Amino acid sequence: MIRVERLSQVFHSRDGGSVVALHDVSLSVERNEFVSLVGPSGCGKSTMLRLVAGLIAPTRGELEIEGTRVTEPRQDIGIVFQSPTLLPWATVAENVLFPLRLMREAGSDSRDRAQSLLDLVGLKGFESRYPRELSGGMQQRAAICRALIHDPAILLMDEPFGALDALTREVMSRELLRIWTENPKTIVFVTHSIPEAVFLSDRVIVMSPRPGRIAEVIDVPLERPRTFEMEGRSEFQDCTQRIRRLIFGADDSAVPGSAAA
Amino acid sequence: MGLTTPQSPARRRLSRIWNASSEIVLPSAVLVVLVVVWEASVHAFELPVYLLPAPSLIWVESLAVADTMAGHALATLRTVAYGFAASIIISLPLAVLLTSSRYVSATIYPLLVFTQSIPKVALAPILVVMLGASELPRVIVTFLVAFFPLVIAVAVGLLSVPADLVELGRSYKASKLQELLRIRLPYAIPFVFSGLKVAIALSVVGAVVGEFVNADQGLGYLIVSATAFFRTPVAFGALILLSVLGVVLFQIVVIVERVFFPWSAEGDETVIV
Repeated sequence: MIRVERLSQVFHSRDGGSVVALHDVSLSVERNEFVSLVGPSGCGKSTMLRLVAGLIAPTRGELEIEGTRVTEPRQDIGIVFQSPTLLPWATVAENVLFPLRLMREAGSDSRDRAQSLLDLVGLKGFESRYPRELSGGMQQRAAICRALIHDPAILLMDEPFGALDALTREVMSRELLRIWTENPKTIVFVTHSIPEAVFLSDRVIVMSPRPGRIAEVIDVPLERPRTFEMEGRSEFQDCTQRIRRLIFGADDSAVPGSAAA
Repeated sequence: MGLTTPQSPARRRLSRIWNASSEIVLPSAVLVVLVVVWEASVHAFELPVYLLPAPSLIWVESLAVADTMAGHALATLRTVAYGFAASIIISLPLAVLLTSSRYVSATIYPLLVFTQSIPKVALAPILVVMLGASELPRVIVTFLVAFFPLVIAVAVGLLSVPADLVELGRSYKASKLQELLRIRLPYAIPFVFSGLKVAIALSVVGAVVGEFVNADQGLGYLIVSATAFFRTPVAFGALILLSVLGVVLFQIVVIVERVFFPWSAEGDETVIV
């Protein structure tokens, strides 16, 4: 349903220089598929996500969703950023309803829908709290509810668990799979964490930098529902090893610290 | 936690009361000591009244002219209120305009800075010639002194919205107006209030500057005329009343923020202005 065809993105800086963020990228994502984009900083993962979201226009190439060219933000997309970006002046419930208010689509049943989403992510009883009263993990849960409030067909997640501690991260990735199972959507998930990508996804798109391009697409041969025990299985290990080699090369000693998962 | 000796509930309560009251008790105690030292030194060194009157004399002489002084205070308060209101009414749209485009800001900003480099005391008599000896030149001086920090504070607030939040709005096709009203302005509220706190303090300064140059009423005028007749106690009384006025107005801004925008006032306690 998302089709990317020979897409290139060049950013021009004010001093006349230019950066090729994406070069000749082709890709397609099926309906209700869970796809992760993995790669070191500067490989164009976030640019890719912003292109799909219609927030920026591609320099060259084709980008279609459901057969329609993407020229502006679509209403059937929800976005989750690395930071929760909740409105500090609004309650959790109002934050979740925010997209509907912007799109002037808040109806009488919207509150019930917000409530059921908050119940789904385990935020029951926190509807009328303010973001500052919530932990980082809880804020990100609220942000996920906000992205789901208008029941989008596509969920774009830009390192959504990047700012969370390792334990909260594991809990959140399991939660995300549960939400996705109960409420199937196409998810494009950007992450720095290789195990997280393998654990969550049907396919992992490995990207390489300068210029940003797809190095390889890896199918994850693990059945669903996924469990953390699977991380010990040889298929899981094979996948993560292969991705590591693609990103860092065969030489393990040359691992750049910043991109390590 | 486990390393410190647990306090008894009574002691804990005591320390809490101490913490709460120390905010009021300590500064008050210092003030009382200062006044006592002042009073004592005036008597001990037999300072002439026109140089430094004793606090008790200030009190007695000011009380004697309480009615007139209240009238002057009201006049100053009116000038402050008009000037402050004008600052708000003009600063908010101006800040929005400044942050709306690079070209607008490049055009207006140097002019704004220029208005700030004009010495207001020097401008006041010129304004009187232009506008006549009315309240208007005083209000304009008040406005000119007060509005600039407010414009800057609001503009900084409008620009400090996280990029992700703006992008979130755009991803739901928020219009420019929606972005301003639903994201940027609410986000700027804490900045607006820190600007308002500076502006209200400066409004009092501006009103007095205006009254020094041209007025037949107001606390600034009272100070000028009282000192002209060497009635120093009355001048001191007016000065103290002016300070109290400033503190009360400042606190009103603080309270308005706490009542109407509690989320903004939160974590504000360390901020002085």
